[in-house]
Amino acid sequence: MHEHDVVVVGAGGAGMRAAIAANEEGADVALVSKLHPVRSHTGAAEGGINAALRDGDSWEDHAYDTMKGSDYLGDAPAVETLCQDSPKETIQLEHWGMAFSRDDDGRVSQRPFGGLSFPRTTYAGAETGHHLLHTMYEQVVKRGIRVYEEHYVMQLAVTDHEDPEARRCHGVVAYDIKTGRINGFVANDGVVIATGGPGQMYDHTTNAVANTGDGAAMAYRAGVPLQDMEFVQFHPTTLPSTGVLISEGVRGEGGILYNSEGERFMFERGYANNVGELASRDVVARAEQTEANEGRGFENDSVMLDMRHLGEERIIDRLENILHLAEDFEGVNALEEPMPVKPGQHYEMGGIETDENGETCIEGLYAVGECACVSVHGANRLGGNALPELIVFGARAGRHAATRQPETAQIQTGPSAKSEDGHVDTPVTPGEIDAGSEDVVADGGALLDAPAPEVVERTVARENARVEELMERDGVNHAEIRADLQQSMTRNVNVFRNEAGLKQALRDIRAAREGYRDVAVSDPSRTYNTDLLHTIETRNLIDLAEALTLSALAREEFRGAHWREEYQFRDDEQWLKHTQVAWNDGRPDLYYTPVILEGEGGEYEPKERSY
Amino acid sequence: MSTQLPESETETETESDEQAPSAPVQQQRRMERKRARAEEEEREAVEEETELDGETYTLKVFRYDPEVEGKKRPRFDEFVVPYHKGMTVLDALMYARDHYDSSLTFRHSCRQAICGSDAMFVNGRQRLCCKTQLSDLTDPVRVEPLPHQEVVKDLVVDMQHFYDQMDAVEPFFQTNDLPSGLEEQHQTRENREKVKMSTRCIWCGACMSSCNIAAGDNEYLGPAAINKAYRFAMDEREGEELKQHRLEILEQEHGVWRCQTQFSCTEVCPKDIPLTEHIQELKREAVKNNLKFW
Ligand SMILES: Cc1cc2nc3c(=O)[nH]c(=O)nc-3n(C[C@H](O)[C@H](O)[C@H](O)COP(=O)(O)OP(=O)(O)OC[C@H]3O[C@@H](n4cnc5c(N)ncnc54)[C@H](O)[C@@H]3O)c2cc1C
Ligand code: SF4
Ligand code: FES
Repeated sequence: MHEHDVVVVGAGGAGMRAAIAANEEGADVALVSKLHPVRSHTGAAEGGINAALRDGDSWEDHAYDTMKGSDYLGDAPAVETLCQDSPKETIQLEHWGMAFSRDDDGRVSQRPFGGLSFPRTTYAGAETGHHLLHTMYEQVVKRGIRVYEEHYVMQLAVTDHEDPEARRCHGVVAYDIKTGRINGFVANDGVVIATGGPGQMYDHTTNAVANTGDGAAMAYRAGVPLQDMEFVQFHPTTLPSTGVLISEGVRGEGGILYNSEGERFMFERGYANNVGELASRDVVARAEQTEANEGRGFENDSVMLDMRHLGEERIIDRLENILHLAEDFEGVNALEEPMPVKPGQHYEMGGIETDENGETCIEGLYAVGECACVSVHGANRLGGNALPELIVFGARAGRHAATRQPETAQIQTGPSAKSEDGHVDTPVTPGEIDAGSEDVVADGGALLDAPAPEVVERTVARENARVEELMERDGVNHAEIRADLQQSMTRNVNVFRNEAGLKQALRDIRAAREGYRDVAVSDPSRTYNTDLLHTIETRNLIDLAEALTLSALAREEFRGAHWREEYQFRDDEQWLKHTQVAWNDGRPDLYYTPVILEGEGGEYEPKERSY
Repeated sequence: MSTQLPESETETETESDEQAPSAPVQQQRRMERKRARAEEEEREAVEEETELDGETYTLKVFRYDPEVEGKKRPRFDEFVVPYHKGMTVLDALMYARDHYDSSLTFRHSCRQAICGSDAMFVNGRQRLCCKTQLSDLTDPVRVEPLPHQEVVKDLVVDMQHFYDQMDAVEPFFQTNDLPSGLEEQHQTRENREKVKMSTRCIWCGACMSSCNIAAGDNEYLGPAAINKAYRFAMDEREGEELKQHRLEILEQEHGVWRCQTQFSCTEVCPKDIPLTEHIQELKREAVKNNLKFW
């Protein structure tokens, strides 16, 4: 059993920033990650980090753009914190030596990005995330922060009170991938979950194979609500054969989109008369899908993205990485030909509900980064707003967990913040099949009010039993279940959604759950057993896919990334509220909480979004 | 695809292994059944797919598991995978794992040449599997773990030595005079250009694995770590004093002077980093610096 003050789960941008902040507060920190830190998916981020750094720009403008981009589903206190802290945190990266692109005067470069009223996206070529991730890891090494790499966290050690808000998180249980040992980690001050996005719910995604939403699923089963899961961002420019992302930077620099009739459809078909290709992502993704659906796409249902006119020099200077991606993964020389692109799953706006300090409704449990929903992106994230989220809220959560300062949050979390119960007609019963955990309320649940080591110990025992069973029995391979789930999500819960499709997805998810009852791990070895890991991950994907689809079926309006065939308008009267899905005794419980539009300088008035 | 397990099994006696927590004999049986099923399914799948369009690739994959009796002795397994245009070696490995043998073990994550986890020895050369098109290789495709590193299981090698060498060069930005508050350090475009290639390293370990010197001298810092040091030594923001300190680290007995300019690292680097050139440049700096030759 290991013991630390703060245990951070996940070592992407968010996790490492949290670990560094906690370390700066003097805490003894453990960074526990299923991948070596530099393998985290933050490294794939391309375009940049939004920060109001220049004369003529201000955090207020950044906040305004973000609220508008969110389709008024962002919480103003979180959005304002993001925009206020981002300049400081971005400069912090510069001070740590990050290799940003430079202007002639030696200052960091900034470029335009979709949905922004000022070119405030700070970048390092088209590989900003790679540089951010490595810079952050360098600081982790410099500070001697303890890293447990290739440790797969499989469960949270949470007490078993009836009311989730009375529960406390005492640590985590992890499988040491190399040795096969299952270890307990006691966290005296707090556990920070930073496990990244769940893109593997879909089969066409920009996300890494490791992005299976483990942290969100664990927090959910421990009793923390998942917020606004129906809002999934589909990036408009992914390569059709692999889902590899072509950065928005291409359009930011002036790249144009056209259809098979040679039309620059963003303008010519009136999708965004003012800004064309630079409209926000949901708008462009829908435009492309419409073109494809109406027969004006190329093979693979793609459209073309052309950057040849930018000239070789500018392309090499700012987008060189794109040339390599197009060449290696699509066989296209982007200096000479346009690139085929289509929408692909990219980012989950929703996630573990937290306040501005990253804390959840379970004491001692924090979440940051893509797995979390502090509600800065609302219904649609602006490009370049995720990386600042990692550093701003990563730092806040790490600090808060380490010092436990009683700074009160403006955003209320947990079931007690609810404003109304939700109802939705489902074709199948969602939730656990045999409720599984008869003697415990929370799935992570261990022991009511025992000393921390005992709570962790008991969770270790449960996990050992679970693994033993998965390895001993014979049955179905998880890969079949996962593939079916991914295909159904892509078919039914994509850019365009309707009631029949969402219901079909729920049936398929139910089938996946039933299939999972017979899942078995075939690899008999404890050493580096990826079969076991993927089997556990698959269950996490099932739980998250269900929460997402339920939320989407319930929201009967069209807002941000959530388009519904039957409801072609944004309904502020009914739907200006956050969806929450909470795991309650083996079943998902749906309810709603109010959106906070009141900021420092007054209220953000919902307006029609036009670009 | 069928999920029934054929009930054929062979009994093999195994000594008990302290690593293995559950009964080894039972594991062994499961292995056998698993393998029988895999073969069956592979045959079915291949028949199915070849009926469709016929094109397949054969992978010959290195297998080793220290814990499982049948796999303790290294061997090669053959997997025939249906080919589609654009398929990479990683796609083929994943296909083999998901359809034929779920115990086939390898590292991978991003599928886009940025996480650095799937460098392997493919047809006799260090490559990133996700970035290597099957169509660029001759069939059958031989996939082995990175040479000169200890194999943990199948295609997974122990990267600890690589990480240790990285740590040895103080791999973090250091400077004595930082501007205050929101002020940035300035860096010229030329200087950023100069370090740009060196900052691209994704820690895949291909270079180290290809290097004869590193294979013979366990203490040699190796191309990746030297490149990491280059990244900071040449960054004007760190200042002269620190550059001096960095050169001292690089000039030690197992530093830059070990390099015999064989270029193998530069050839295999999937990020096109001019490693040998960087090492040569550091040697020149060291000469200017008038320090020891080893
Ligand atoms: C291709 C691409 C390009 C992008 N470009 C941009 C951009 O230009 N600008 C922008 O702002 N945003 C961008 N984004 C979004 C942004 O990069 C991500 O949202 C962000 O990097 C997520 O960071 P994270 O720290 O939350 O998670 P990740 O970086 O995904 O890290 C997750 C960590 O959790 C660990 N982990 C996961 N599960 C477990 C477990 N069970 N046990 C232990 N450890 C676990 C992993 O090992 C990993 O270390 C992009 C995203 C993608 C996919
Ligand atoms: S220098 Fe190149 S080959 Fe070596 S570890 Fe880095 S990316 Fe891999
Ligand atoms: S899978 Fe990430 S580099 Fe190949």
